[in-house]
Amino acid sequence: MTLIEGHKPIIPAGGVAVWDVDPYHTAILRDPLDYYAELRAQGDLAYIPRYSVLAVGRYEITRKVFSDHENFVSSRGVGLNDFKLEDPWRPPSIILEVDQPDHTRTRKVMSRALSPKVVKGFAELFHETADRLVDDLLERGTIEAVTDFAEAFPTTVFPKAVGMTDVNPRHLVDYGAMVFNAVGPDNALRREAMRHAGEIVPWINAACARDRLSGDGLGAMVYASAQDGTLTEAEAGMLVRSFLSAGVDTTVTGIGNALWCLSQNPGQWEALKADPTLIRPAFEEVLRYTSPVHTFGRTAGRDTEIAGFPVEEGSKVLCVLGAANMDPEKWGDPEVFRVDRKPVGHVAFGAGIHGCVGQNIARGELEAVLGALIRKVDRIEPTGDAVWRPNNAIRALDRLPITLIPN
Amino acid sequence: MVKVTYVAHDGTRTELEGDPGDSVMSLAIANGLDGIVGECGGSMMCATCHCYVDDDWQAATGARMDGEEDMLESAVCEVTGRSRLSCQITLSEALDGLVVHLPEEQV
Ligand code: HEM
Ligand code: FES
Repeated sequence: MTLIEGHKPIIPAGGVAVWDVDPYHTAILRDPLDYYAELRAQGDLAYIPRYSVLAVGRYEITRKVFSDHENFVSSRGVGLNDFKLEDPWRPPSIILEVDQPDHTRTRKVMSRALSPKVVKGFAELFHETADRLVDDLLERGTIEAVTDFAEAFPTTVFPKAVGMTDVNPRHLVDYGAMVFNAVGPDNALRREAMRHAGEIVPWINAACARDRLSGDGLGAMVYASAQDGTLTEAEAGMLVRSFLSAGVDTTVTGIGNALWCLSQNPGQWEALKADPTLIRPAFEEVLRYTSPVHTFGRTAGRDTEIAGFPVEEGSKVLCVLGAANMDPEKWGDPEVFRVDRKPVGHVAFGAGIHGCVGQNIARGELEAVLGALIRKVDRIEPTGDAVWRPNNAIRALDRLPITLIPN
Repeated sequence: MVKVTYVAHDGTRTELEGDPGDSVMSLAIANGLDGIVGECGGSMMCATCHCYVDDDWQAATGARMDGEEDMLESAVCEVTGRSRLSCQITLSEALDGLVVHLPEEQV
């Protein structure tokens, strides 16, 4: 059998909309809203011949498929490659890319390490760092917010939270780009990201070793589970690697996208300043409105169905979280950014058993960042065009020139 | 249809009807009920869906799920033997009439 993008080609069931589109075209990745709308307009399910995959984008069905771990497995990869048919580029994640019961064991260790209670312990670190950073940036006035702010904050606090003893911020950011581009097809983006693998992957792997971590961070908590026999030493290292894969680029994106939303919507920035209790809901709205992880996939583990259409075993299904978070059926006026929307049920963190295990960290970081901003900053003004950086799974900015005007 | 009664901390009772497969959390959220936040959407990451299962319904709701115990430690109100994360209680015909009590605060 000739594979397409490392998975089995399929013949869609009769009645499934066939849509000739490249979801990974850079123009779509830069500005996905029309693509999201067209995908939803195809119906509950579409077939994309170019990659021989199914795709869902309407809210209800996307949430359903994405969280249906019985029928749609993660162990065959959450990208286009089917790990059952082709070796992945790196050993699979032992939390993201596994199914129950294996998943339950590693997930328990990670959710304990990243619980609200533990994350509260980092609040001071997050707040102090955010205050200092915003003070520095205010002195400079006009900044390029992606490098100066969105990357600067997580690459400062997150390695400390994990307990990393030496840090290479560039490697951390680039590793994230690599991991997320790797879930897409073998396109220029993925190849370009992979070009750096030879240098970065060994650095990342080495950084996950027990003796490279302090005794009091998240890394040490995970290694403690190796002590009590829940995990092997090697598995603990793999879970620390998951922190580094999933914990930097995502929050960099979250902060950048938040600054973009607030600089583009001055009325909403004023509303947020007027009512600090909206800080947490405002971040949820940023997540809904921008879907930092725009697409992840699943693989049909058996013959099954989606919205009544038969789906054959081995089918890859793109779950377009960005489209679901913009579905007017669910949200009414999704194209409006409203800090008081409280978009409960958005799928920016996924849903179900694989739902983001790092979400408390992400919320904690954004609470600190937005808190510092509303205390110190009067206005956030765009000073040039925002430029998006295409990535096969992440919707992130490349450049965001803004001026921060102090209170 | 599965009936669930939510008793707020001040004693207010709200009766909602859900479908088998809904969770006690998702039913509350879908109906805009105050008293359950469900920040993580049911991924067992937040403990803002804490509830106390009524004594009469202990057996029917069964034991806590794997990992639930750990996450309950992050709940802001007192955790008792009756405490559950409401996102982990899935409605079924056997739970028709279920009564849960809500804590004073979730965050
Ligand atoms: C704004 C920030 C973030 C976003 C939008 C985000 C998004 C997501 C999404 C959509 C998933 C579901 C994947 C799936 O079901 O296939 C996920 C899972 C995951 N996230 Fe996040 N994430 C963020 C921050 C973080 C942080 C800070 C960490 C680490 C501390 C993290 C670690 C993980 C891990 C390990 C998983 C796999 C969980 C599992 O499979 O059980 N994430 N994330
Ligand atoms: S909704 Fe978050 S733990 Fe139940």
